[in-house]
Amino acid sequence: MKIKETATIISQECLCEGVYSMWLATSIAKKAQAGQFVSVYSNSDARLLPRPISICEIAGAGDGADTKIPGRIRLVYRTVGEGTREFSRMSAGDKLEILGPNGNGFLPALREEIRPGTKALLIGGGIGIPPMVGLAAQLGCDVTIVAGYRTGKEMFLTEELERYGKLYISTDDGSAGTKGCVIDAIEEAGLNADVIFSCGPRPMLRGVKDFSLSRSIPSYVSMEERMACGVGACLGCVCSAEDVDDHSKVKNKRVCVDGPVFEVSEVVL
Amino acid sequence: MNTSVVIAGVKLKNPVMTASGTFGSGMEYSEFVDLNRLGAVVTKGVSLTPWEGNPTPRIAEVYGGMLNAIGLQNPGIDTFIKRDLEFLKNCDTTVIVNVCGKTMEEYIGVVERLADTDVDMLEINVSCPNVKEGAIAFGQNPEALAKITKALKEKAKQPIIMKLSPNVTDIALMAKICEDNGADAVSLINTITGMKIDINRRSFVLANRTGGMSGPAVKPVAVRMVYQAAQAVSIPVIGMGGIVTAEDALEFIMAGATAVAVGCANFTDPYATVKVIEGIEKYMTDNNVEDVKELTGCVR
Repeated sequence: MKIKETATIISQECLCEGVYSMWLATSIAKKAQAGQFVSVYSNSDARLLPRPISICEIAGAGDGADTKIPGRIRLVYRTVGEGTREFSRMSAGDKLEILGPNGNGFLPALREEIRPGTKALLIGGGIGIPPMVGLAAQLGCDVTIVAGYRTGKEMFLTEELERYGKLYISTDDGSAGTKGCVIDAIEEAGLNADVIFSCGPRPMLRGVKDFSLSRSIPSYVSMEERMACGVGACLGCVCSAEDVDDHSKVKNKRVCVDGPVFEVSEVVL
Repeated sequence: MNTSVVIAGVKLKNPVMTASGTFGSGMEYSEFVDLNRLGAVVTKGVSLTPWEGNPTPRIAEVYGGMLNAIGLQNPGIDTFIKRDLEFLKNCDTTVIVNVCGKTMEEYIGVVERLADTDVDMLEINVSCPNVKEGAIAFGQNPEALAKITKALKEKAKQPIIMKLSPNVTDIALMAKICEDNGADAVSLINTITGMKIDINRRSFVLANRTGGMSGPAVKPVAVRMVYQAAQAVSIPVIGMGGIVTAEDALEFIMAGATAVAVGCANFTDPYATVKVIEGIEKYMTDNNVEDVKELTGCVR
């Protein structure tokens, strides 16, 4: 069940140029899973559409959590336009309208693939890295993470990721970790896996798909697309599917409700 | 207080409906909105066979509005009847199905498939700007509009509403053509063709290059066109275009709209439709309006 409510910002910080981290107090935390996202609404009437932002971390929502206090979610986002710039200027105590949790998250995959000894490879590229933190926290198996950045000066969430497993880094300019893309880092380190989870730009996901299929590793990708409604009604955010989708009856799937996480062979990248 | 209105013999419990394409078939929004509260649910456009729609990006935000170029993606009439209409059957609201097609034969095919269903009315989409064939091609040409209105009126078992495009020179003329050829009502406006350019990538934001603009920024244009159409015809006019609040809806009603539709605002607030209904009721109470029909076309 989705909730639309006014959330209170607990804290906000700039992680590196153009990347911000915001903790929100919201009852959505108690329902959210890794890989899901929230729709964040602008306070300006000029900006109508919510911004879909993936959930990075969930806190205060577990079994032992105080039921009287709303949980917390962490959003880590890049400022790409006026809407996200507006969010970045807000500070503790400010209010934001949000709706969620949206999408399927990684949970359906987790139920099937994960045993305590399972070797999971988490691959994040750029602003696709944040959901990998929440996923790593939820997995409870043998986790290895590969994070791809543009440059060593613009790295974020590395400390959080290192909490959950060995972290490998790639940068486009080679200023940190392996020079090149995440696949270059994986090959350099000779990494293998029983299951792969990834989120990042389309070319990266294509590379992950090729890598996964060539080694027959079960693989799940989290997709991004421009959205309007965020609840499956408007068909704005579809992605191309390999086969005719059961709901749409055409080769399109809705990223907002059928995804954002897809089994890699379901989608055309 | 009486908020009900009648369009072509079909009674709506209140004058607020959903705008086609912004509300699916109601299923996705039923998590937020009690569909029984709505005057009518107008479904997303449905064609004879499944349509893929346009490539992405299909959505762009603009100041006070948005552009969409979905391209009428839909699962086709068979799935629609089995799944979407089956769902709507359990709702106590008027059901209006938006019908689209590439050719006259396709429109007729959909209308005929809907003849034996419980659907209350049909809204004929002759105004979508995002498909290469059909839709707006019928709605921008007076002869084509006359022909399709007449043909569909002959075949349809339910009353037909012709949904008009604002991308025309004389909206009053188009509304009059619909009336003269048997339409039971007209609805307007569909979206205004627009464009957005990404100056960093030096490319179009939408894969389709152009898209249909909707949202609060189009409202003054829509109110003007609804007024002109209402002055020109005696069949009911359904007004839409940028309605966010009850005040917006009341502007359309006073300009001559028997009913109104909430579209883009559903994206900003899933509860928008119900808030508009409640706001109209409050306005009626505050201003001692006994029947909403007293307000219809009261500004002349």
